[in-house]
Amino acid sequence: MTTYKPFLEVKNLNVAFPTEDGLVKASSDISFTVARGETLAVVGESGSGKSVTSLAVMGLHNRKSAQISGQAFLNLDSGPVDVISADEEIVRKLRGKAMSMIFQDPMSALHPYYSIGNQLIEAWELYNEGSKEDGKKRAIEMLDLVGIPAASKRVDEYPHQFSGGMRQRVMIAMALINNPSLLIADEPTTALDVTVQSQILQLIRDMQKEFNMALILITHDLGVVAEVADRVNVMYAGKIVESGSADDIYYRPDHPYAIGLLNSIPRVDKLESQRLVAIPGQPPSLIHLPQGCSFRARCEFADRVPGNLCATTTPTLDQKGDGHFSRCHLPESELVKARVEIGGRK
Amino acid sequence: MLKYLARRVSATVVVLVLVSMSVFGIFAVLPMDPAALTCGKACYPAVVEANRHRLGLDVSVPVQYGRFVKGLVAGRTYGEGAATIECPAPAFGYSFNRHECVTTLIADAFPVTLSLAIGAFILWITVGVGLGILAARKKNQWQDRVATAFVLVGTSLPSFISGILILLFVGLKFNLIDPLSLGRWISPLEDPVGWFRNFFLAWIVLALLYAATYTRFTRSNVIETSTEDYIRTARAKGLSEKVILQKHTLRAALAPITTMAGLDFAGLLGGAIITEQIFSLPGLGRLSIKAVLIDYDLPTILATTILAATFVVVANLLVDIAYAYLDPRVRVA
Repeated sequence: MTTYKPFLEVKNLNVAFPTEDGLVKASSDISFTVARGETLAVVGESGSGKSVTSLAVMGLHNRKSAQISGQAFLNLDSGPVDVISADEEIVRKLRGKAMSMIFQDPMSALHPYYSIGNQLIEAWELYNEGSKEDGKKRAIEMLDLVGIPAASKRVDEYPHQFSGGMRQRVMIAMALINNPSLLIADEPTTALDVTVQSQILQLIRDMQKEFNMALILITHDLGVVAEVADRVNVMYAGKIVESGSADDIYYRPDHPYAIGLLNSIPRVDKLESQRLVAIPGQPPSLIHLPQGCSFRARCEFADRVPGNLCATTTPTLDQKGDGHFSRCHLPESELVKARVEIGGRK
Repeated sequence: MLKYLARRVSATVVVLVLVSMSVFGIFAVLPMDPAALTCGKACYPAVVEANRHRLGLDVSVPVQYGRFVKGLVAGRTYGEGAATIECPAPAFGYSFNRHECVTTLIADAFPVTLSLAIGAFILWITVGVGLGILAARKKNQWQDRVATAFVLVGTSLPSFISGILILLFVGLKFNLIDPLSLGRWISPLEDPVGWFRNFFLAWIVLALLYAATYTRFTRSNVIETSTEDYIRTARAKGLSEKVILQKHTLRAALAPITTMAGLDFAGLLGGAIITEQIFSLPGLGRLSIKAVLIDYDLPTILATTILAATFVVVANLLVDIAYAYLDPRVRVA
């Protein structure tokens, strides 16, 4: 067995945006790694910092309006590069080549005025020598690979002539045209029809194998996570609250928020009619984060922690098992009870 | 695309016919007798009637319109015998006050208006769009504030104020303009420097107004487009900021400005009444205002009105075709 060699290593990443109302701490103290061939799923509700973190890795935040600290190393063949501190021009030349990203809404992510071919060739030309014809050939090849029928004909068509699912395929083809080592997929199926979602997901997995990529899949669909993820980061209020293998998160969730998320999934195997279990309350404002644990106000178990610890001390991301981390003060004995209680509730 | 073109062109022709009909109709029901206007204060009814017949005003309005259209195509002859007046095609009518075919009047005035419009157009597009892009790129920095101040001044200063101020305190004071050549048409082919001197202050005055609007519009369009998802995609591909701006942002942000520019330019071709008046430029605007205020010269007013409408309608067509070229989504519609 070869040793685990991550392609992306994020260390203590913080992203904050100064606004008139105060500093929005969109993501704080984020650390994780992804290796080629590995799939990391990032789950959490809207505003939990999932996209902000990955946009920081891509260098897509405006450095003037975002305060970014920490490190994010890409372990390239030529040596590691910290995309947070590296010159903007260096990071730009890694985009599309070493790392690529696809976005949530394929309807608006393609330029409406340029043909699909034009937009793909443009991406190819950035990192390849060759004529427009070579680029077009490569574009057709990629469109073919992502399952666009009659690719050689459709390459000259415009985005509005494609359906949502087809556009997301085009986006994938464009992201992968330069054979990147890391693909960040930011809720790639959220805007699509349910029937198309699984096709696109399957396509992303196939492509990951084909190109041996590290994949970061941002989603709030826990069903998707169970299907594809090797590792899962659960995010809440800008922090990773639990991190572990997919099995850890599904069978041994440690953080009350992760437990709550799992419980909010409707299940077809529960025969008795049952109401969806929601986590009460709202996530806190990222400007005025409460002292102590960010999740405390919504947590049912906060009062079981001795010494009012949840209100006074921010929990650290502690190891709970092999590669399994959680940010919670709840003692192990109470945790076992909590799992049973929440899991068994109607 | 061909089908779209054919449909648009035929629609344009219909609109033009309707416009000319309604303008003609309005002048027919005006409580003014064009024949009576042809002779002075001491006028014999017999002279009025003779002129009425000569000008073809003694037949029904539809027949008059028919003759008008025929004149446009084939030219027109007024009167009989020794006193005939020939107006070659396209004949818009005969101005009795000026003793001149209207087409000749227009042919004299149009180059002036065209010069004014083209110069001002180039100036305001360059300044307006350029400043708008700069302001958008340097949002909330001093360049943006300068642009905002310019927009404020440009939009709130009416051209009859800015025109007079510039003429008096810049043009005449610094001898930039030759007061003796004001009011004369100098062809750029014969005397390019004289032509330029005669026009450039008028260009500035006229452009100031439009440039301010274009700055504001360009700025907001560029800023709005920069936040589009497809711009983020372009950045995620690894394109440089220069390519993103030039190829991706501006293409989308400036397309609606083409529409605006085409229509504004066409509007100007009908005559810039105030600016032409201030700088004594003998263009279509002055021709119209003189015909309206001083001469009650109905054939001239009719002609300039129809002409101005034609410019706008044709420009509309051209702009739509240009837009279909720029935005592929329009082509199929």
